[in-house]
Amino acid sequence: MSATPDPGEDRRAAAWRIAGAVTDPEIPVLTIADLGVLRDVRVGDGPVEVDITPTYCGCPAMNMIAVEIELALEKAGFGRPKVNTVLQPAWTTDWMSEDGRAKLKDYGIAPPPKGGGRRALFGVDTVPCPQCGSIDTGVIADFGSTACKALWRCNACREPFDYFKCH
Amino acid sequence: MTSIRVAETPLVLYILRRADDALVLGHRLSEWCGRAPMMEEEMALANMGLDLIGQARALYTYAGEVEAQGHDEDALAYRRDERGYKNLLLVEQGNGDFARTMLRQFLYAAYADPYWRAMTTSRDATLAAIAAKAEKEMAYHLRHSAEWMIRLGDGTAESRARLERALATLWPFTGELFEIDTLDREVIDDGIGVDPDSVRDTWTATVADILARATLTMPADGYMQKGGRNGRHSEHLGHLLTELQYLQRTIPGATW
Repeated sequence: MSATPDPGEDRRAAAWRIAGAVTDPEIPVLTIADLGVLRDVRVGDGPVEVDITPTYCGCPAMNMIAVEIELALEKAGFGRPKVNTVLQPAWTTDWMSEDGRAKLKDYGIAPPPKGGGRRALFGVDTVPCPQCGSIDTGVIADFGSTACKALWRCNACREPFDYFKCH
Repeated sequence: MTSIRVAETPLVLYILRRADDALVLGHRLSEWCGRAPMMEEEMALANMGLDLIGQARALYTYAGEVEAQGHDEDALAYRRDERGYKNLLLVEQGNGDFARTMLRQFLYAAYADPYWRAMTTSRDATLAAIAAKAEKEMAYHLRHSAEWMIRLGDGTAESRARLERALATLWPFTGELFEIDTLDREVIDDGIGVDPDSVRDTWTATVADILARATLTMPADGYMQKGGRNGRHSEHLGHLLTELQYLQRTIPGATW
């Protein structure tokens, strides 16, 4: 992501910063850079090209994210930007930045544990409450308000909370 | 709008068979919208349906690319006739009650979860990438539906009776999960497709374990229904497609 003295790279860094600042419409505190959804930005002689990768196969936010990237780049003077969806390598919650995890927690959503993979999908037995920090919590529903979240409850402060599922 | 003809090479057909499973089951789950027995299940059914429709979109898009006749995901979903659909008969069966819907989900997820996991090592990079997402999604579907099997089977007399009825109804559709023909065989031998026989033991072990915990008896394998993989369907698929395709057939190319 760091800019190099190459003049082409400066434009790329700018495009990356602008595209990366687009937020997830479902979780507005997270940018697509935080999520790890932004995979590549290419600037050449033609229009800027941006690669994004879907979180879940059926995530309805992806279409909106693509449109918002185009709008943001056009507004910044990048003409006719093109957004591609790439499937490889497959997105995992491990790509979420530390900054993103902290922002999620502040927003009241328990972040996914690090170390994805199949074991982590089901190995989670403690999810600290994002409100009070207690680990005396339990699952209410495995499928929450969006594809990426489950609904949990804290037995200490009695607050329900969303948990960003490991993927 | 006129139907399209798909150039069914072995690989195109192989991808379409998996895409059709995902779309038809996803559509079935969407029929629960606003009708689930409780809010949490409303969300769960919709989320699982969304996962499946997402998998279908990725697979249709890829099938269209491989076919290279200019068919996108919408053309493949909305403009093929019933006979052109190659899904398992299991996934097109009607929702029935909640027990039957959850059993159908369980029987499919117990199959799709190891199936997609095996596909992650496919020589075909796109299928491997789609599989890497799908296997995680199906693992959640499997866990969720398995929990319901136990709760319903080992629940009240009513919930148990309903699940037993569902088991008797759906079991004859499970044989088709492991059916392959020479076209599939070609794709499997190329190192691209997955031989369903390689996940049969896993499927059987999962189903046996969960049914035992649900205090239910695993049915004996009797006559098994098949035909879906070749476009010969039960009476249910036509009704489903009528609803699914109505808009695009009536107002071709409609967008919003």
